Amino acid sequence: MFFNSLLTNFAALEVGQHLYWQIGNIRLHGQVFLTSWILLGALLVFISLGTKKMENDPKGLQNLLEFLWDYIRDLARTQIGEKVYRDWMPFIGTLFLFVFVSNWGGALIPWRLIKLPSGELGAPTADINTTIALALLVSLSYFYAGLSNKGWRYFEYYVHPTPIMLPFKILEDFTKPLSLSFRLFGNILADELVVGVLVFLVPLILPIPVMFLGLFTSAIQALIFATLAAYYIGEAVEEHH
Amino acid sequence: MLAFNFFGATEGGLFDINATLPLMAIQVVALTYILNSLFFKPVGKVVEKREKFVSNNIIEAKNKLSEVKKFEADLLTQLQSARTEAQRIVSEAENESDKLYKEALELANNEANASKEKARLEIESQTSAARDQLSKQADDLSELIVNRLILEK
Repeated sequence: MFFNSLLTNFAALEVGQHLYWQIGNIRLHGQVFLTSWILLGALLVFISLGTKKMENDPKGLQNLLEFLWDYIRDLARTQIGEKVYRDWMPFIGTLFLFVFVSNWGGALIPWRLIKLPSGELGAPTADINTTIALALLVSLSYFYAGLSNKGWRYFEYYVHPTPIMLPFKILEDFTKPLSLSFRLFGNILADELVVGVLVFLVPLILPIPVMFLGLFTSAIQALIFATLAAYYIGEAVEEHH
Repeated sequence: MLAFNFFGATEGGLFDINATLPLMAIQVVALTYILNSLFFKPVGKVVEKREKFVSNNIIEAKNKLSEVKKFEADLLTQLQSARTEAQRIVSEAENESDKLYKEALELANNEANASKEKARLEIESQTSAARDQLSKQADDLSELIVNRLILEK
């Protein structure tokens, strides 16, 4: 009896429902694009405001943006190394900002107030397509970074300490994007579900600590994603001696 | 019903992978370029300019500090040499004044001795002159006395 009601509650959360956009032959998850455009638009407005009038003595928004820039640079520099971190800093920073803005935007903005014909708005990173797209971009990036920095010598990495490592390293190329995408997807979706279920069951007070936990998880996931992406790129460009 | 919603592959479901994936990838790549030109490049320029400015200032200050230290050492040696020079001059002047004093003393002594000697000689001559005169007068007197005694007889 209880289990049944729980099921209907889950169903009321509309897990796995999407707002489909049909363009010619292809189908898109409209809600993912809608939220990502709103959040990225806000991010770009925020950044444009902060960088509009750059001064040598930073004030207000510029200060915050410079802090962010410094944070991303430190992240990229420690993981990728002094030599090539500059080339990859925008990519790492974009990953971090995209994931962070998506996670927090999904957690902080009461999207549920906006009714869609099907599915519901939420964090773009709670959709598997987004996280797989990000993870595949990371994979392409580290292959490109390795090949462009070391040429064919990049493949020495696969047999690096000993050739015994070869199958494991090849396997890693598949597990890296898999773990990246599913970690992010799972964490954000689970957070949304937990908050959704709690709000549904106990609408007052109780969901608040879980929401804070969700904000914490969201920030941590963004950091983890960016750090791992930088680490993989750093691993690919690292010189073995 | 739930299972269908979670894992249903035909329509909807959590793992419904479709054209959202490549389009999202393209969107993220575009975002990378936009953020690079809007955020990373301009902010990086400002921050690195400031870092350069600060490090240049630090280098300049260090150079100035070392220069100042050099000057200080220079001045210290100069002060040292000036002190020894001053000491030398003072001791020289002391010697000189000592010498002058001694010379003056000797000169004064000599002069005093000379005038003493002169005075002594003068006294002596005057004494002898007085004595001569006295003895002459005594002679005269005695002659007078003798003459008078003789005449009375």
